Amino acid sequence: MAVEAKDVRIPSVTAGMKAVAESANETLIDLNALNVYYGSFHAVSNVNLSIPKNKITAFIGPSGCGKSTVLRCINRMNDLVPSARVEGQILYHGTDLNGSNVDPVEVRRRIGMVFQRPNPFPKSIFDNVAWGAKINGYKGNMTELVERCLRQAALWDEVKDKLKESGLSLSGGQQQRLCIARALATSPEVILLDEPASALDPISTLKIEDLLRELEANYTIVIVTHNMQQAARVSDQTVFYSLSDTRQGILVESGQTQRIFTNPSDPRTEAYITGRFG
Amino acid sequence: MSAGSHVSTIAATSASESTRYEPRVTSRGRIAHVWRGLFFAATALAIVLLGMLLWSVVGPGWNWLSWHLITAMPSRIPAQAGMNSAIWGSIWIVSISAIFAFIVGLGCAIYLEEYAPQNRWTDFIQTNISNLAGVPSIVYGLLGLVIFVDWLGMGRSVIAGALTMGLLILPVVVISSREAIRAVPLSLRQASYGLGATKWQTVRSHVLPSAFPGILTGIILSMSRAIGETAPLIVVGGASQVLFRPTSIFDPFMVMPLQIYNWTSRPQKDFEHLAAAAIIVLMVILLLFNSVAILLRQHYSKKTRW
Repeated sequence: MAVEAKDVRIPSVTAGMKAVAESANETLIDLNALNVYYGSFHAVSNVNLSIPKNKITAFIGPSGCGKSTVLRCINRMNDLVPSARVEGQILYHGTDLNGSNVDPVEVRRRIGMVFQRPNPFPKSIFDNVAWGAKINGYKGNMTELVERCLRQAALWDEVKDKLKESGLSLSGGQQQRLCIARALATSPEVILLDEPASALDPISTLKIEDLLRELEANYTIVIVTHNMQQAARVSDQTVFYSLSDTRQGILVESGQTQRIFTNPSDPRTEAYITGRFG
Repeated sequence: MSAGSHVSTIAATSASESTRYEPRVTSRGRIAHVWRGLFFAATALAIVLLGMLLWSVVGPGWNWLSWHLITAMPSRIPAQAGMNSAIWGSIWIVSISAIFAFIVGLGCAIYLEEYAPQNRWTDFIQTNISNLAGVPSIVYGLLGLVIFVDWLGMGRSVIAGALTMGLLILPVVVISSREAIRAVPLSLRQASYGLGATKWQTVRSHVLPSAFPGILTGIILSMSRAIGETAPLIVVGGASQVLFRPTSIFDPFMVMPLQIYNWTSRPQKDFEHLAAAAIIVLMVILLLFNSVAILLRQHYSKKTRW
C-alpha cells in the first residue's frame, strides 16, 4: 500500500502531547463507585472517574486489570454477558445509565463502540455504514450520510468507487476505519474504542490516531490501549488501572496525559510507564 | 565471558540434552502407517457395503425402470403398476412437514439460543430435545395416531401424516438450527448491539442471514430422513392402495417407502422387481434433495463469509 509522507510520524512518548488546562474541561460522564462482578469474581473495584466532553481519554494498564470492563459499562455492553453485574453510578448528562428507566438500546446509539478486532458486517461497504442509521430511524438522505461518515473516518477516497463491495474485502486498517464510520452514522456523542489498533500494522495505527484527533472536536472519545506511546500521542486525559493485591481491577491514577507521563504521583504508575511493571 | 566460551557452553548443553531423547523415527513411522491403513480400511468397508447395496437394488430393478412406473397408479397387475400416487403423496407429506418443522423448529431454536436465560431449565430442555431425536419413529407414529388422527379428528389424511412427520424431524431441525445460530461469531452480534440495535434487529439482520446456510442444511437433511421414513406413516396413514393423487390436505395418501413395503410383501416375483425399481426412484429423489442442499449452502455461505 502506498503511503503518503504526511502519514508517517516518528512515534515518541512526548511528541504528540497536548497541553490543555484540566480545569477548563466540562464533564460528560461520571463514574461513581463503579464495581463490576462476573459471577462471584469481583473484576473491577470502586472506580471513580470523570470523563471530559470533547476530549480523548485513554485507559492504560496491564492485561486483565479491568480497562475494557469499565469501558463496556459505559454503553452497557456488559448487559450481554449473562454473569456480569454492575454496581455504582454511571452518570451521563446527569442520568444514571444503569437506572431502571434507561433503555440500553438508546444508550448504545448515543455512546457508540469500536471493537478490538475489526468486525464489519458481511454486507456492502455502503450498507455497513447505512445499517445503523436505518435501524435507528434515520430519515435523511442516506447517500449523503454514508459519504459524510466515510469522509469523517478518512476512508472515502479509498472506497468511493466500490461502495457495493463487501466490507470484508477491505484491509484490516480500512475495516477498522469502516467500523468507525459505521459508529459515526448513528450520530453518537461518545465513541468508545477498545484497543482499536491492536490488530493493525503501525501505518494503519497512525491513520486511526490521526482520525481520533480530528474527531475530537465533535465527539467525546474513550480509548483502551495497551500501547503507552499511543496513549501519550492521542489522549488528553490518561487513566491508569492496575490489579490490587486481591486481583481486582482498580483505578490507580488519572489525570492530564502530560502529567501522568512526566510526573506520575503514584509509584505504581511510574513503574508501569517506565516499563518496570510491578 | 568471551563469545567463544559462550558458544561452547551451548554446544555442550545440547549434546548432553540430546542423549536424553530417543527419536525412534522408524518405529513411530511404522505406527503412523498402521493407523493410516486402519482408517483406509474403515472407509473402504463403508464404500464396499454401499456398492453391494446399490448393486442388489439396481440389478433386479433396472429393467423395470420406466416412465410408466412414475406416471401410472398402483395396480394388481405388476406390468401395469406404477407409483405416481406414492410420489405425489411423498411430495405432499415432506413439503408440509418441512414447512411445519422449519417454522416451529427455527422459532424454538431462536428462542433457546437468543432469548432464553442460560440456566438449569434450558439445559434440561436441551437434553430432552436431544433425546427426542433418538426416540424410535414408531413412537411418533403412535403419538400422531392419538393426537392428530383421533383427538383432532383429522383422520388418516395428508395433514395428519405430515404433522406426525413434522414432529419426528422437529428435534433434528431444532438442534441443527441452534448449532448454526451458535456458530455466528459474537463479534457480529456485538457490532450490531453496539450500534443501538434491538435484539430482534440483530437476530433478523445479522444472526439469521449468517446462520442460514447451516439452518438450511439441517432442514434439507431432515427432509431426506422424512422421505424415507415408513413406520410412523404405517400407523397414521395405513392406506394400502391409493389410486389417486392427494388434492387437499384432508385426502388419504400413499408414500414411496410404503409403496415399496407394500410391493415387497406381495407373493408375485415381479412385484419384488417393481419394488427394486421404486427404490431406485426414491434414491434418485434423495440424491436430488441432497444436491440442492449442497448448492444452496455454497450459494449462501459465499455471501456471508466473515
